[in-house]
Amino acid sequence: MTKEQFKTKLRHLRYRGAKKANRSRGVDFLLGLFLAILGIFMILPIWYVIISAFKPMNEIFLFPPRLYVAHPTFDNFTQLMQILENMWVPFSRYLFNSVLVTVVATVGHVVVASLAAYPLAKHNFPGKNIISQIIVLALLFTTQVLYIPQYIISAKLHLINTYWSLILPVVQSTMGVFLMQQFMGQIPVSLLEAARIDGAGEFKIWWSVVMPSVKPAWLTVAIFAFQNIWNQNGNLYLYNESMKVLPSITSQVQAGGIARTGAASAVMLVLMIPPIVFFQCTQKQVIETMTTSGIKE
Amino acid sequence: MTSTNTSKLTETVLNKKKHKAHWETRSSYLMLAPWLILFTVFTIVPILASIGLSFTSFNMLEKPTFVGFNNYVRLLLDDEIFLQVFKNTLVFAFVTGPVSYVLSFLLAWMINEYTPGVRSIWTLIFYAPSLAGNIFYVWTIIFSGDYYGFLNSWLMKFGMIKEPIDWIGNSSYVLGVLLTVQIWLSFGAGFLSFIAGFQGIDNSLYEAGRIDGIRNRWQELWYITIPSMTPQLLFGAVMQISSSFGVSEVIKQVGGFPTRGYAGDTIGTYIIDYGTVRFEMGYACTLSVVLFLIMVFTNSLITKLLKRNIND
Repeated sequence: MTKEQFKTKLRHLRYRGAKKANRSRGVDFLLGLFLAILGIFMILPIWYVIISAFKPMNEIFLFPPRLYVAHPTFDNFTQLMQILENMWVPFSRYLFNSVLVTVVATVGHVVVASLAAYPLAKHNFPGKNIISQIIVLALLFTTQVLYIPQYIISAKLHLINTYWSLILPVVQSTMGVFLMQQFMGQIPVSLLEAARIDGAGEFKIWWSVVMPSVKPAWLTVAIFAFQNIWNQNGNLYLYNESMKVLPSITSQVQAGGIARTGAASAVMLVLMIPPIVFFQCTQKQVIETMTTSGIKE
Repeated sequence: MTSTNTSKLTETVLNKKKHKAHWETRSSYLMLAPWLILFTVFTIVPILASIGLSFTSFNMLEKPTFVGFNNYVRLLLDDEIFLQVFKNTLVFAFVTGPVSYVLSFLLAWMINEYTPGVRSIWTLIFYAPSLAGNIFYVWTIIFSGDYYGFLNSWLMKFGMIKEPIDWIGNSSYVLGVLLTVQIWLSFGAGFLSFIAGFQGIDNSLYEAGRIDGIRNRWQELWYITIPSMTPQLLFGAVMQISSSFGVSEVIKQVGGFPTRGYAGDTIGTYIIDYGTVRFEMGYACTLSVVLFLIMVFTNSLITKLLKRNIND
């Protein structure tokens, strides 16, 4: 298979049309209804955050609460700004910390995971199978489960109160290696052989042959890492106020009680926009990558 | 003369091949190294360390002292709260786990009937809660115990209740609230994998099925789709186990930390309680080991079940 054929195959996979046959209209309708009800359940809380962010104070405390905004206002955002201005550390500092940690972790994870995935997918070496099996098993253990043990190790390595304590656990996550390895499995060996005959070394092949053809996979791995670290409040690891990240201010705003419902919604809205936009822009590539996510044995 | 030459030649060729193979192995390991080192430090070592520390009494400040099986004995015989959180963990796992798993699959299947544009919007709607992270705090407003709580005010408006209900503070409701939030959050990587899996099934399989007399979508689902999706189903199961046994952040933020009377706590939050509040790391590690074992056991059980069903 040439590179072009490989790409066509991927494109073909991406746009498999719906398989309509032997469908009854009644069942179509019922399934659509079921989907719609569940969809409302999913979207309602998010919708509630969006409207609360734009509601003036008197509408927030209306009984019963409305599902729309009569007089949209930016008051909550102004109030949020005021709260943030009165904080000991300027808002820009939290933003800087969050962006720094997120960018380093996401880029680091994509590079480290794809570098490890290439030999696992395409080379033969002793220990390959056992490592692959450990990866599948380790998918079970997320940061939530490893919380305390990881904390103990980070403390022993004197990583507490450094950005690394947030970054490194994300960089090493197995999900990225697993997805990359699966996706790279589809790359035709002939493509790699051709590069080898041209005298390219393995690192060169990884960078200039493998990486360009697994673009969907690294976008997917990037979005997983991004959403993982962007949403972490880091409260356990960073106690120095000037090093804290954005989600940690959410709890500070929320701690102001019910009068801050509007401001709290505003901050939640601001925080949820980046991952949602990032995902929607890369959704096609994400789904394409997930096609190969199955566990085969 | 010629023969020695040939053999010499073969030898060089072989050496070169050997050398090349050796170099390739070396480059394989080199490429693997950065990840493998980090993975060892942040996953393997923590797991091994918690097994080791589970036999000690350790408060982070002093050196751990060996206490044998004391922690395990305490957990099984003396700790009544452990029974409570263990029960809750199983409720979370065996309610949200199967519900989310089956729902993820059915939703992905329904979404697949639509055109790519509509499909991508449905995908976003169901995946958005997982993306939005800390937004689950909004559930505390929805389930707030006063008149302003979203659910309370609507129920009162329609006359279904007279007094506001303290959903989160009341230990008989809090678990239900947390289960709802967890299901809301559970359409994650497994769900995406299902969506992708449906798109990856070869159309000719369905055509062949129609010729063989498959009459409706349910038969199609049962005889063609599910068997072709085994790998995705296995992946989804792993994701589901990892999220429903590991649930802790949601409980902390929505239910309170700890929830009243530990009514909504799981082993996950109980570990955090011992680790970050009481600084009894030895006991926290014992709890972690128990959680690991339950997860690995459940995973191997489900893998076996799925594989047997598919092979039949």
